[in-house]
Amino acid sequence: MSNAVNEYKPATRTGHIANFVDSRVGMSGIVKEFGRKIFPDHWSFMFGEVALYCLIILILSGTYLTFFFNPTMDTVVYDGSYVPMHGVEMSGAYASSLNISFDVRGGLFMRQVHHWAALLFVVAIAVHMMRVFFTGAFRRPRELNWVVGGTLFVLAMAAGFTGYSLPDDVLSGNGLRIIDGVMKAIPLVGTYLSLFFFGGEFPGHMVIGRLYTLHIMIVPALLLLTVAIHLFMVVVHKHTQYPGPGRTEKNVVGFPVGPVYAAKAGGFFFIVFGILALLASTTTINAIWNYGPYDPSPVQAGTQPDWYIGWVDGALRLMPGAWPWHWQLELGGTWVFAVLLPMIPAAILLGLFFTWPWIERWVTRDNREHHILDRPRNAPFRTGAGVAGITWYAIMMMAASSDLIATHFHVAFNDVLYVLRFLFIFGPFITFEVTRRICLALQRKDRELVLHGVETGRVVQLPHGEYIEVHEPLDDYARYRLVSFNSPVYEPARPNAKGKVTQGEKVRGKISRLFFEDRVAPVTPAELEAAHQHHELEASKH
Amino acid sequence: MASHRDGAPEPSDAVTTSQQEQEQFPNPGLPHHPPRLTDVDPRRAKKAERQVAWLFVLSILGSILFFIGFFAVRVDGDFYDVMNPDPTSQLRLQNFLLGLGVTFAMFGIGIGIVHWARTLMPDHELVEMRHEVSAEEDRADAQEIVETVLDESGIKRRPLIRNTLIGAIILAPLSFITLFRELGPIDTRVLSHTMWDEGIRLVRDPSGTPIRAADVTLGSTYHVLPENLLEVSHQDGYLEEKAKAVVLLMRLKPEELNVSADREDWNYDGIIAYSKVCTHVGCPIALYEQRTHHLLCPCHQSTFDAANECAVIFGPAAHPLPQLPITVDSDGYLIARSDFHEPVGPAYWERGRQKKEMASEA
Repeated sequence: MSNAVNEYKPATRTGHIANFVDSRVGMSGIVKEFGRKIFPDHWSFMFGEVALYCLIILILSGTYLTFFFNPTMDTVVYDGSYVPMHGVEMSGAYASSLNISFDVRGGLFMRQVHHWAALLFVVAIAVHMMRVFFTGAFRRPRELNWVVGGTLFVLAMAAGFTGYSLPDDVLSGNGLRIIDGVMKAIPLVGTYLSLFFFGGEFPGHMVIGRLYTLHIMIVPALLLLTVAIHLFMVVVHKHTQYPGPGRTEKNVVGFPVGPVYAAKAGGFFFIVFGILALLASTTTINAIWNYGPYDPSPVQAGTQPDWYIGWVDGALRLMPGAWPWHWQLELGGTWVFAVLLPMIPAAILLGLFFTWPWIERWVTRDNREHHILDRPRNAPFRTGAGVAGITWYAIMMMAASSDLIATHFHVAFNDVLYVLRFLFIFGPFITFEVTRRICLALQRKDRELVLHGVETGRVVQLPHGEYIEVHEPLDDYARYRLVSFNSPVYEPARPNAKGKVTQGEKVRGKISRLFFEDRVAPVTPAELEAAHQHHELEASKH
Repeated sequence: MASHRDGAPEPSDAVTTSQQEQEQFPNPGLPHHPPRLTDVDPRRAKKAERQVAWLFVLSILGSILFFIGFFAVRVDGDFYDVMNPDPTSQLRLQNFLLGLGVTFAMFGIGIGIVHWARTLMPDHELVEMRHEVSAEEDRADAQEIVETVLDESGIKRRPLIRNTLIGAIILAPLSFITLFRELGPIDTRVLSHTMWDEGIRLVRDPSGTPIRAADVTLGSTYHVLPENLLEVSHQDGYLEEKAKAVVLLMRLKPEELNVSADREDWNYDGIIAYSKVCTHVGCPIALYEQRTHHLLCPCHQSTFDAANECAVIFGPAAHPLPQLPITVDSDGYLIARSDFHEPVGPAYWERGRQKKEMASEA
């Protein structure tokens, strides 16, 4: 290699630096790969970025908080500068949380940045997942990355819950008490799990320290590892893009990383940070000093978990415990169905979520690679199913606020719950069908636009007296946006190589009919031609 | 392309592509890219440059605001002190200035860079071709390498080695999992007993003063602890015992109470005591509606009927609140007749068995 004919001779300053670095650690390959890599640009691709930036801010603010937080349940008598708690016996964890809020300059600000960032982190992940789902970005070759992303969502909830419990105030202690109750409901091993988790009876003296280890080490390590895998796969697959003129399954159209994309994305980090700083400086979050140290006796009405835990808590509230019979059975042990059954919707929702790419691939028999995204309206069944899932989630989340709904709207609490129970069963079906219909209607509107053009608002009178509104045909680019989509068709059950239609294949056929029975096909050139002739015919008739 | 592993035809693929090739509009290619004002007008470009610079200056001012908030705002004294509210408002001001400073510092940089990118950096979309995720030849090579490695290791030819290795690998981690056994005790009987016992006085939570039966008026409620709990320190399990022993005391008209045969002497002249720990997942049941005699858990809204031995009438709880049998001592103070006759709090696997054992003990 030393005798290479074209030896690299640095001529510029950058060249000298590059030469020094590359000849020692070999960075040129990375610069070549990423320096001008193309990323498609769309506002909806921003949510994943928001999540990533929130994670960075969480790690920065969280690391700061560890320097002042004392994760111990040993009791101290409070003597800090928050007067209402003077002389109160409390855990060291709660006392140090009060100190961060009152006696560390800027500590309250950092605590609030951390909490707001956590809330926004899960929001961003959730919205990002919706974007990926509704545009079909999870299809081959990205199925595994969809699963990795789902894992990130679960990890984010775990990170949130373990952190939320650390200050050891009344509210977070009650959250732990609920976790204790749910653990104990697990058949056979539940009691042991609870005793192990708390190091004995609830609340014990161990749990804050253990949650601390989980919150600052294990969960963040898993999060970072999973994020690394997630981003690595994004690079391997290259980003998806929306359909449009010039875009194909074989190319990527967008801006190069350097300088435009790096500037936009990098600048956006500071904007996200700015928004969180604004929230933290103006809006109190988790005012732990109002709640007091954990004590098993007091509790406040209207307590709410952090939003991302709401759906599980709401599921607990929706379950009737003693109707139509007592949901507790003695069968070799105590089966606490009143607590176990509400965990099933969460399992179903997460199960369907993780397996959806394979379900869809099986039903459509579509095993091709997809780099061009679907517009949500062009996949009516998928969009409806997604909205149904979100509805189910949202009903459970609303149930977590059932008492607040009752007090704010002055309705009987019981009625709120009856309505939510009804919606829990029927809501997803209703929103599924409504969404699917809306999608089909939007597709028809698109067809209408392509075939007959845009209403110009210009009304002209024809020689024989008739008034018509002039329609402007779409140009090639605008039309291409509306006609270039995949429109899978109903695939009836087919015999396999042995000529037998298997039971599984029959089921697949039925589901395929469900998916694609109602379908609006994209306009073909022939149809457009026919429409034009029809228009001319109409005009010439007069 | 599509693999035909099982030899079955995959018509969906073929049909859709051919159909689409025939019947699709041709891709018109990237639309014409109109130049921006800043591309054609040097004055506009200069103006955008100044705007970006001003945004960066705004960021600098934001950081200065942060320093002012941090160093110049004096926060001395105690907070939320009704006699001296100044430090509290100073703290609020400081938090506001710190946050606002960071907000401007961040927005200035962020919006500045984005504005820079949007107005002055090239906004031509570029096209890059995608590559196959992995070349098929590589896949064949990889398969061959893995097979060679397996072959050279001899793991397939020597099942004795393979099987003993699998056994060792399964068993070795178990020792480390076993270590976690020490996380906590496994004697579940602790859950079924509380500090209540015969003759223990009922005292108010948190003052610790005993309660005279005559003081409990109709419709009143008391949050109650066992008197012996007050001697327990935090280190010796004060919170753990309190989490099981908290009790709610109410007085109803004796004729309003539905009392079952074996509980006739558990109330004292209409004064009843029930565990305050919800049987659903363990929140304290703090809300009592005296008109309807309903107890409501604020966490998941389980509702219990105090007049009817705290049976569940609404919400997710599945069994009634345990009742604490009470009476009065010679001084007229309320005392417990015994411990609870069933485990308090949320249900667990061993609960039914323990309840039976407790019943046979009593």
